[in-house]
Amino acid sequence: MYDYTDFDERFVRERVAQFSQQVERRLDGSLTEEEFRPLRLMNGLYLQLHAYMLRVAIPYGTLNARKMRQLAKIGATWDKGYGHWTTRQNIQFNWPKLPDIPAILTALADVGMHAIQTSGNTVRNVTADHFAGAAADEIADPRAYAELLRQWSTDHPEFQFLPRKFKIAITGATHDRAVIRAHDIGLQLVKNDQGEIGFRVLVGGGLGRTPLIGMVVREFLPEADLLPYVEAVLSVYNVLGRRDNKYKARIKITLHETGKEEITRLVEERFEELRPLFGGADQALLEDIQAAFAPPSFRDAPVTAYEDFYKSDPVFRAWADTNLAAHKNDQYAIVTISVKEQGKTPGDQTSDQMELIADLAETFGHDDIRISHEQNVILPHVHKGDLPALHAALVQGGIATANVGLISDIIACPGMDYCALATARSIPVAQEIAMRFKELDLEHEIGPLKIKISGCINACGHHHVGHIGILGLDRAGVENYQITLGGSGAEDAAIGDKTGPGFAYDQVVPAVERIVRAYLSEREGPQESFLDAFRRLGMEPFKAALYESGDAKDAA
Amino acid sequence: MSRRFTPKVVTANRLREGDVVYLTADDRWTLVHAEAELIEDEAHAQLRLLHANAQGRLIVGAYLADAKPGPNGPEPTHFREAFRTRGPSNYHHGKQADLDHV
Repeated sequence: MYDYTDFDERFVRERVAQFSQQVERRLDGSLTEEEFRPLRLMNGLYLQLHAYMLRVAIPYGTLNARKMRQLAKIGATWDKGYGHWTTRQNIQFNWPKLPDIPAILTALADVGMHAIQTSGNTVRNVTADHFAGAAADEIADPRAYAELLRQWSTDHPEFQFLPRKFKIAITGATHDRAVIRAHDIGLQLVKNDQGEIGFRVLVGGGLGRTPLIGMVVREFLPEADLLPYVEAVLSVYNVLGRRDNKYKARIKITLHETGKEEITRLVEERFEELRPLFGGADQALLEDIQAAFAPPSFRDAPVTAYEDFYKSDPVFRAWADTNLAAHKNDQYAIVTISVKEQGKTPGDQTSDQMELIADLAETFGHDDIRISHEQNVILPHVHKGDLPALHAALVQGGIATANVGLISDIIACPGMDYCALATARSIPVAQEIAMRFKELDLEHEIGPLKIKISGCINACGHHHVGHIGILGLDRAGVENYQITLGGSGAEDAAIGDKTGPGFAYDQVVPAVERIVRAYLSEREGPQESFLDAFRRLGMEPFKAALYESGDAKDAA
Repeated sequence: MSRRFTPKVVTANRLREGDVVYLTADDRWTLVHAEAELIEDEAHAQLRLLHANAQGRLIVGAYLADAKPGPNGPEPTHFREAFRTRGPSNYHHGKQADLDHV
C-alpha cells in the first residue's frame, strides 16, 4: 500500500490547519455562508437535508486495517456509529457537526486520509477495479497508475476550477468492474503486439441526465504517456467545456458538441506540446509508486480445510458460491463482504463491523481492504485454507450475507432520506425489494441480477447501467419511479431502456416482482441470466408483464 | 391575474448542527414545524426571509417552503418538507429522535 511521503503529509496537514481556521471564522461570523460554501466543498463538507455530510476520499478504494479502524473511530466519536460506502469508493459520514470537522480532519490526517477534492469542479477521487492486484483476469495492478493520477491531480493549479467535476476510473482487467465506460475518462490497461503495457483510453462517458457510453479515443496509449495525455484531455476540456450551463458542462457534452474528430485533433496537438515537458520525472515517480503496490508474499499451504467445509457445510457453500471470486493465485480467493443484508441500508457499515473487518484483514487478508463502487467491502487476498475461519468470524459479526451479485445486492444512493438534491427516496425502495425476494426465497434461483437505484436524475445510484434501473422522481408532488431494463456497467456497457410510465412508491416492489417473474418464465434455463434473457427477448414480454392486466396476459 | 399566494413558512438549517429549523412569529428558530409562523401574505414572507437571511451566524440557506394550516399549527404540503420535519426513514435518527427527549 502506498504510504504518504513527507510531501503528502505536509500538504494534508497544511490543508487541515487552513480549513480549521476557515471553520472557526465561519462560526464566529467573520465568513458568510456565501464565502464559506466553496471552501467547505473543496474539503468535502456538504450541507444535506438534515445535517452536514463529510465525504472522505478512499483513493482507488484501497484501505488497510489502520485506516479502517480510524474510520470506525470517527463514526463512533463524531457520528452515529456508522459510515456509508459510496458508489465512488468513498465513505460519507451523515451526521457530523460543523465545530467537530477540524478534529475529524485531523484524525483522518493521522492515518494519511483526507476529504480534499471529494467535491467541487475538480478531478475527483480516481476509482479502480476493487479486485486490483488480485484478479485472475488482470494485466497489471491499475492502482499504481491511479496513485500517479492522484498525485498529479491533487491541487493541480490548472484544474481547480474546471467547467464541472471530472471523474476518472481505471482497470487492469478485461472484465470491467470499475464502470470505466461511464466515466469522463476511462482507462483500461492493455498489451500491444510487442507485449508492452499501455492504455485503451475512453473519453466522454457519464450518467446523469444525459447518459452516454465513453468513446475510445486511443486504442493504445504507451504507459509512459499517461500523464501528458490525460493532462491534454483536461486542458482541452478546460478551455472548451461550457461554463454557461451546468447541465451541459461535462466533457461528454463537449465531446458531442465539438465532435470526436476535432476534440481528438486538439487533444493530440496539446499532447505533443505537453509530452516533452514531463521529462521522465513522472516515470521515476511511477517506479517508486509501483514498489508500494508489490503483491503480498503469498503463503503456500494446503487448501483442504476449504474443500472439506465446502462439501459438508451448506451455509458456507452458499456464501462461497456468491461471495468469492477467482484470485490470480489459485490457493487464494477474493472475498467480498456483503454490506447488503436484506432489509438494511445498502453500503452502511457500523463502527463495530469496521473494527471486525480491520481485525480480519490483519489476521487473514495481508492487511488489504477494498471498497467497491457496488458498496461492498473486499478482502482481496485470503488463503483458501483460512476461508472457513474467516466465514465463521463474519457469521459471528453478522456480516456473512451470501448475496453478492444477486437481486438483493442493490446499489442505492442516499436519496431523499439524506441528500438535498434528491427528488425521491431510494434506500427504503432497496430495503423493500431485498426483503420481498428474501421472503419469496427466490434470489438464488434468479441468479445474477444487478438492481441500481437513484433518487434523482444525477444518477449516483448508476440506475442507467443497472440490469434493472430505478429512478425516483417528483411527479406533481408525489414520489414516482421510472424503471429501465437492460443496462450494464461492465465491458458490454449499455444504457437501460425505459419500460414506460413510472410507478408510485408502493407499486415499485410489485413491478420489480412482475419483471423478475416474467424473466423466470421466459428464460431458457438457469444458465441464461436476466441480462442475457433481456437481450434475447427485448422489452416486449417485460412490458406486457408490467402494464397489462392479468386477463390480457392470459389472452396473449 | 397573479396566482394566489400559497402560505409559507421560513425554514433553514442550523449553522453548527445542520438541524432543520423553522422561524417562529416571535423570532425564534424551532425544530418543530407546527411552531413555525404560517405566512399568508407575500410581502410579509419576503420581509421574514430577509430577517432570516440576516442571521447567518445561526442558520444556513433560509428559504420559503409551502405549508398549510393544521389543528396544531402549520403542516408541510410537500413530501420533501415532510421528511425535513422528521429525519431519514431508514433509522430513527435526526429530529424524530431528538424531539423524543424534548
